[in-house]
Amino acid sequence: MTLLLRDLSLTYRDNGSAEVKVLEDICLEVPTGSFISIIGPSGCGKSSLCNLIAGVQEPNRGEILLDGRSILGLAGQVGYMPQKDLLLPWRTLLDNVALGCDIRRENKRESREKARLWLERFGLGSFAGHYPQQLSGGMRQRGALLRTFLFGRTTLILDEPFGALDALTRRDMQQWLLDVWSQSDPTVVFITHDIEEAILLSDQIVVFSQRPARILNKIILPFSRPRDPDLLLSPEALAVKRQLLGLLRGHS
Amino acid sequence: MPAHFEKRRRKKWQTSIPPLIFVLACLAVWQVSVDYLKVPLWLLPSPVAVTKALWRTRALLWTNTLTTVWETTTGFILSVALALAAGLAMVLSPLLKRLFYPLLIISQTVPLIAVAPLLILWLGYGLLPKIVTVVLVCFFPVTISLIEGLEVSDPDLLNLLKSMGATPWQILYTVRWPNALPSLFAGLKIAATYSVMGAVIGEWLGASSGLGVYLTLSSHSFLTAQVFAAIFAITVLSLIYFILIAGIRHFALPWLNTKEN
Ligand SMILES: Nc1ncnc2c1ncn2[C@@H]1O[C@H](COP(=O)(O)OP(=O)(O)OP(=O)(O)O)[C@@H](O)[C@H]1O
Ligand SMILES: [Mg+2]
Repeated sequence: MTLLLRDLSLTYRDNGSAEVKVLEDICLEVPTGSFISIIGPSGCGKSSLCNLIAGVQEPNRGEILLDGRSILGLAGQVGYMPQKDLLLPWRTLLDNVALGCDIRRENKRESREKARLWLERFGLGSFAGHYPQQLSGGMRQRGALLRTFLFGRTTLILDEPFGALDALTRRDMQQWLLDVWSQSDPTVVFITHDIEEAILLSDQIVVFSQRPARILNKIILPFSRPRDPDLLLSPEALAVKRQLLGLLRGHS
Repeated sequence: MPAHFEKRRRKKWQTSIPPLIFVLACLAVWQVSVDYLKVPLWLLPSPVAVTKALWRTRALLWTNTLTTVWETTTGFILSVALALAAGLAMVLSPLLKRLFYPLLIISQTVPLIAVAPLLILWLGYGLLPKIVTVVLVCFFPVTISLIEGLEVSDPDLLNLLKSMGATPWQILYTVRWPNALPSLFAGLKIAATYSVMGAVIGEWLGASSGLGVYLTLSSHSFLTAQVFAAIFAITVLSLIYFILIAGIRHFALPWLNTKEN
């Protein structure tokens, strides 16, 4: 599913007085099955953009098209993983993962079977009956990610899914995300602060400026898949890294 | 696992020993000072005298307790049902909340002791006015705690549900309701401990049976040991309701029992 953002602008009004301009004329095309990372300084408006695409907020101006159809303010069209894991404390991991299926009123038994299968595939099988507060940060993030996959949309918006993790767990999770992605080939918009993560995962990296966020640059990565973490040491990757650092530094 | 349980049981024991010793010590001091100072029975009976009074009037105490239990239980269940209806209505309709929430708060400043005689006047000397006093006592804490719990504080959580296309109704029963349960049970515990008191106040003002009646008759006859026996019965009854609610909470909210990881 091709995702098209056209001239998106967003302004927050703080109690009617001060205006906070967050997004300014964002234009972006995310081709079907591609993986696009958005990287930008903290507080520039990345999560706000995710909210717009997820349909929980509406822009002041602009359009969002999914396969040529406007999804402006329309919820339930994409899989959305917010920055916080937001697992429900009263649901077990299994039931949390199947939350989206419940909202879509799918058959309970089938959705739990499906959820169990996915949990097992990603090493969480024995934690299916645990409550979120009994899980480690990495497990919770994986749970939140699986919840997003099981919602069953082919377009995924992932807002810093690995932000809260340590470097080692992060590497595992990246590999794991690539596995899932190569299996089902969804269209992914991936928000991150981590330059290496973006290089390792994406087909294209979009760099946002300070608030109000504008697109500073779009960098297409020529690396073939499947990718190896050693890729980061190649001269091409280092060149991209240098370019990204320059872009981000120039605006912070 | 057995070793783990054993350890936990021992720990529970160890934490409950100091308060137990303290209570026993207090009782001992009470007994010894009453004996030593020769305090007359009608002024302050000793623990032993109270125990004797409890035993002597056990049949009478039991029938009176049953009446109070019946009033308390009926009133409690009724007030919970009313509180659920009122709480949900106020959360679903902002207009209703604006109309009734201030009234609810103000109603709590009216002392029960002033309203109870009116209830007797309007509803007679039967069970009904007692049940109504119990409802008056229990309704407020349950409703307030329910309303507070239903207001989910994290907007991101609501956004997640909205992003999945959840209807307000789905959000109510997948997020708001379970989110309200811990707070609701806190309110239920308070209500449970007050409920017996509500019934007793109702009986006080005019009834043929109940712990309140036993209490007034005993105190009018200067049978102070029996007054203490009644206090003991009321306390035990309130505790039983409290423990009952705590037990239900334990099984109804299993995710709260896992904090220790
Ligand atoms: N509901 C709101 N009302 C007013 N201002 C808001 C609101 N939500 C966000 N903002 C402001 O908009 C700006 C962008 O917020 P946003 O969460 O989109 O940033 P972000 O790029 O995701 O940051 P981070 O990388 O730290 O997650 C911030 O300055 C924030 O203060
Ligand atoms: Mg953010």
